[in-house]
Amino acid sequence: MTEAASRLPVSRLGGPDARTVAKIDLGLSRRYAAERRFRAYGLAAVTIAICFLLVLFGSIVSKGYTAFQQTRVTMMVDFEPSIIAPDGDRSPKAIMSGNAFRFDDLIAASLQKTLEIDPNDEDGLYDALDLLSKGSTPMLRSMIANDPSLIGTKRTVDFYATGDVDAFVKGTIRADVPESQRLIKDKHIVLIDKLKTEGALHLAFNTGLFTNGASTRPETAGVGVALVGSLYMMLVVLVLSLPLGVAGSIYLEEFAPKNRWTDVIEVNINNLAAVPSIVYGLLGLAVFINFAHLPRSASLVGGLVLTLTTLPTIIITTRAALKAVPPSIREAGLGVGASKMQTVFHHVLPLAMPGVLTGTIIGLAHALGETAPLLMIGMKAFIVEYPATPFDPATALPTQIYMWATEPERAFTERTSAAIIVLLAFLLAMNSIAIILRRAFERRW
Amino acid sequence: MSAVQTATPFETVRTPDPASRPIKIHAAAVKVTYGQKEALHGVSIDIAEKAVTAFIGPSGCGKSTFLRCINRMNDTIAGARVEGTITLDDRNIYDPDLDVVELRARVGMVFQKPNPFPKSIFDNVAYGPRIHGLARSKADLEEIVVTSLQRASLFNEVKDRLNEPGTGLSGGQQQRLCIARAIAVSPEVILMDEPCSALDPIATAKVEELIDELRANFTIVIVTHSMQQAARVSQRTAFFHLGHLIEEGPTDHVFTNPLEQRTQDYITGRFG
Repeated sequence: MTEAASRLPVSRLGGPDARTVAKIDLGLSRRYAAERRFRAYGLAAVTIAICFLLVLFGSIVSKGYTAFQQTRVTMMVDFEPSIIAPDGDRSPKAIMSGNAFRFDDLIAASLQKTLEIDPNDEDGLYDALDLLSKGSTPMLRSMIANDPSLIGTKRTVDFYATGDVDAFVKGTIRADVPESQRLIKDKHIVLIDKLKTEGALHLAFNTGLFTNGASTRPETAGVGVALVGSLYMMLVVLVLSLPLGVAGSIYLEEFAPKNRWTDVIEVNINNLAAVPSIVYGLLGLAVFINFAHLPRSASLVGGLVLTLTTLPTIIITTRAALKAVPPSIREAGLGVGASKMQTVFHHVLPLAMPGVLTGTIIGLAHALGETAPLLMIGMKAFIVEYPATPFDPATALPTQIYMWATEPERAFTERTSAAIIVLLAFLLAMNSIAIILRRAFERRW
Repeated sequence: MSAVQTATPFETVRTPDPASRPIKIHAAAVKVTYGQKEALHGVSIDIAEKAVTAFIGPSGCGKSTFLRCINRMNDTIAGARVEGTITLDDRNIYDPDLDVVELRARVGMVFQKPNPFPKSIFDNVAYGPRIHGLARSKADLEEIVVTSLQRASLFNEVKDRLNEPGTGLSGGQQQRLCIARAIAVSPEVILMDEPCSALDPIATAKVEELIDELRANFTIVIVTHSMQQAARVSQRTAFFHLGHLIEEGPTDHVFTNPLEQRTQDYITGRFG
């Protein structure tokens, strides 16, 4: 034995060589210090991330929660037959046609009564009418057209206040700034206070936010059309990308020969996942609209484009899920004489299912929040009517947020944040579904 | 060691079978290449019907590779190429007209690590008969499952929990479940690739006992690392080394009186 060989093992394993022991101790404390530092870095990173998340949610919620309530003016309306149907024709068609000002008269009459305005004070009456949304007239009109039996009765009706009155009631427009810099004038404040004391003015849950379509008036604008549009798009994406993506990945992972061509395809799928989504928008514009002549702004086209953006994600996650299935399961299937396809569909795919579903839902969640490609295909339009089918023009939640974000009114600002809250709620719901599905399908082997 | 290899030509030393059993599988000059690497350099062997043939040899000697040729499991490995002929009852199994699914129904396989499907015990055994349409009715299927479990000496242990997952059984029970699953298709040959290497000694003893019972009805080929196991369960033994079949003969003959130097070195533990 050489000298070196005899020194090393003896001193380390059993020998009381003080120098070596000291060396080991030094190394140990350094290693522990490094571990502590690493933990501290990790903790700091997580803390910073949580802080940012809290700030983000805090700012969105604090700006948006007020939009879920809306100022309403409840008044007794006298559905006077001589005004509504001067010629005696009470059919919905007659009500929807003719002079629209006659419904203004109805509203003015009830305002006058509620606020006890002098019938000769025309200016006072106009100031009072300023408080109500300009959408009140068509609202009252279609209300009567839908139920002509109202004519001749007296009913309390909920009117929307204008966005500015709403903002004043919620305190975002403040009374202590000079009148010239204020959208709500002093005379309006007097009237608002009076309505308050009468009990006519109150805050109620804003159902219109979820049911209304686009509007230039913030008080009658809602995400209804955008919700339906997004829903249609998600359906199109799910129906197209799940079977295509799963079938594609099964073929590539289980059946395709491993050669240069499949390598090229694999690299390209990974590249496609990284292509900016606006490029897919351009592709969709060129192929689906200009070439295939599908309707512009339709959720079908949106869904097709989002399918293209989602497919790489689904294929990559599905392939990863298939790869994670132990090969022993495939061998077991083939060993008892199952064909390749039976092995895949009976044994491999069920085991990969949690991963496939998680990937699909995360892909869908991405698609739900995708904005840029939708702008390219025109899903950024002023659409009031609900789309009946995916072929009809619609908007989507993210594009609706984008459009509202460019509006200057206070009431649109809070609606922008409210729409973001709605979008986030949908994303959270989808991710929770992904977690639940994963738990439900997860099996041990 | 390399001196021995170059000194001896790679010709298999064969000792004929005194019992003169009929031949079930006949392999001639089987070569297997994975990509550029040749793993088997031309193996010829006759495997006797209704007997246990053990393949022994050090790791990487090609015994598992050869075993997987017999039910064409190597087809599933990308880049694997098989040359030579293997006949099962005088039918070439590498004939392009032969259906590989049918072959695997006739030649069952049990793997190194127990790999039950993540399904119930019943479904594990019933899967093969179901896909091959072996049962005409539900009662038929139940009978097949029960008999297979009985023949795999597992039935008494699991009869009250046939609907529980097969993955919840102990390792030894899982391996016997895999054997029951292989039997259920009523194959003619059962290939076993180190079936006891993941089991404890008691489970191993049970599986070995089972193998001994099964040889009355099946032709069994077993790959094993344990020479004691080969000696206990097999009637014939084949010794593989570095991709060559070195020696092949009746088990007691190979273990007590090997004709080849390398066989003797291996079974006496001089290398391996």
